[in-house]
Amino acid sequence: MSTPILEARGLVKTFGHVVGLAGVDLELHAGEVLAIIGDNGAGKSTLIKCLSGAYTPDAGQILIEGQPVEFDRPDDARRAGIETVYQTLAVSPALDIASNLFLGREQRLPGVRGSVLRMLDKKGMRDRARQQVEDLGITTLQSMTQAVENLSGGQRQAVAVARAAAFGSKVVILDEPSAALGVRESAQVLQLVRDLRDQGMPVILISHDMPQVFEVADRIQVQRLGRRAAVITPKTHTPQEAVAIMTGAMVVA
Amino acid sequence: MTSEPEDTALVDHPLDVLTEAGLTRPPTPLDRVRTVLHRYPALSPAVVLIISMIVFGLLNDRFLSTANLSLVVQQVAVIGALAIGQTLIVLTAGIDLSVGAAMILSTLVAAGVATDHGWPGPLALFAALVIGVATGVINGVLVTRLNLPPFIVTLGTLNVFTAVALLYSDAATTRGVDMPDLLTWTGNSFDVAGAQITYGVVLMILLYVAVAFALSQTSWGRHVYAVGDDAESARLSGIHVTRVILSVYVTAGALFAAAGWILMGRVNAASPNAGVDANLDSITAVVIGGTSLFGGRGALWGSLIGALIVGVFRNGLSLAGLDVLYQTLAVGVLVIIAVSVDQWIRKVRA
Repeated sequence: MSTPILEARGLVKTFGHVVGLAGVDLELHAGEVLAIIGDNGAGKSTLIKCLSGAYTPDAGQILIEGQPVEFDRPDDARRAGIETVYQTLAVSPALDIASNLFLGREQRLPGVRGSVLRMLDKKGMRDRARQQVEDLGITTLQSMTQAVENLSGGQRQAVAVARAAAFGSKVVILDEPSAALGVRESAQVLQLVRDLRDQGMPVILISHDMPQVFEVADRIQVQRLGRRAAVITPKTHTPQEAVAIMTGAMVVA
Repeated sequence: MTSEPEDTALVDHPLDVLTEAGLTRPPTPLDRVRTVLHRYPALSPAVVLIISMIVFGLLNDRFLSTANLSLVVQQVAVIGALAIGQTLIVLTAGIDLSVGAAMILSTLVAAGVATDHGWPGPLALFAALVIGVATGVINGVLVTRLNLPPFIVTLGTLNVFTAVALLYSDAATTRGVDMPDLLTWTGNSFDVAGAQITYGVVLMILLYVAVAFALSQTSWGRHVYAVGDDAESARLSGIHVTRVILSVYVTAGALFAAAGWILMGRVNAASPNAGVDANLDSITAVVIGGTSLFGGRGALWGSLIGALIVGVFRNGLSLAGLDVLYQTLAVGVLVIIAVSVDQWIRKVRA
């Protein structure tokens, strides 16, 4: 098999006496959706936070395209091409869609206006934001100048996903994307995940929602007690079996 | 129509989403007003300013005279300048109770080094700027490094700065004639079509233009709004939140020193007793100007309008022959109305 886009080897993370990760491996390949499931305390969030630079693992290695990397801050992971859509979405409600897409990496005007006056290229950012949204096939966002607080939950999710998938990112991590959404909006998020994969963007999806996971994931990594209990696929296992692995009722060799 | 559960959740959503979803009751005129005010926070204070000017003009012919209006603007210049720095801080969801004390400390140091140590005007002015920046650094470091609430930090530094100012100056006032001319230069005026415009007023307006530009046209300005809007989201978006907040307090400190220069020109002295009310008046101007105390929302020009409203009320009521206590009462009522309007506007949030 080819080199994984993102790989983790033997990640360990402890918090005092509490073991968050007890040596976890993970491989993410090009163009796949890898779902991570597990009970509360199974280490899903800790694993994701290590991958996104929010935590620094105590031991173990993270590799991007075979190259070892180290993240001290979320910014480092982002620069390496790992973008995370947090459960809270991390969008600024009062700012408009374009501003949110470029938040923290605004583009300035060329020439003296940009270098001396440090003026923002507002029109350029709006245009690129629109292009980005179109390229991703997101149809729910109309005007780039709409304030995010005026959007529905699904639209906000689309803003966060569009931001994550932009700017040459290599991996998009979605943390519980439909936790706060209604039925129709969850379906929109699933479609977004498929659109991302169809464009070759590998996605890691953390979710509690078993039907959702089995609908969209190519492979499913089951976490249990800070370890990787199994990697299964929707074709080889049923949701009931996945739950059994999660709770320890079933052991996969 | 289906009975999907999210249909009920959509009821709280703002108008355009509802319209898009085809689920809306038609927006009432009140809804439209609220949406417009939400988008343009300086609009409601602007309307209040214009209406109050018309009313006071009808009550007293002298109110709208050029001489009187230029007097109002001069009276407003100090608070207006302080309100710039205060707005920056309030936009980050902070508050600064020490602005007046920081300003007075900077004026007393400028006057002190000039009269006691013979420093020339520009150097004395520079000393004031350094003091202003230093007060900003102290407040900013306490807020960002020790994670103390800005209200508590600045309540403490209000007392510290006031005490240091009194200790340094022996509670004595330095008269304008004893200082280099540059320190009171902002009180000089020139004539425009019969209106007396002081250089202090010009300086205040230039500061508004510069800071408004930075807020609306640079990434720094956008980050100030983002940090005040939702600090955790800003952090996860890669913004250095503590650095932005620190830069805001330092910038504000420099602006307070500039306000001090305007103050020395206005009262033609450096006095520990000048501008005692400035701490709260600057907050009043910001709040009436439509900037939300919850952060992330507001327009800088609104604070100038807010300061002007306070000035117009004070001037207009005294021209109407009312006791000064009624002015204070009116300003108090204005503040409460302004905050209520802000609360109402913020309900547009989904």
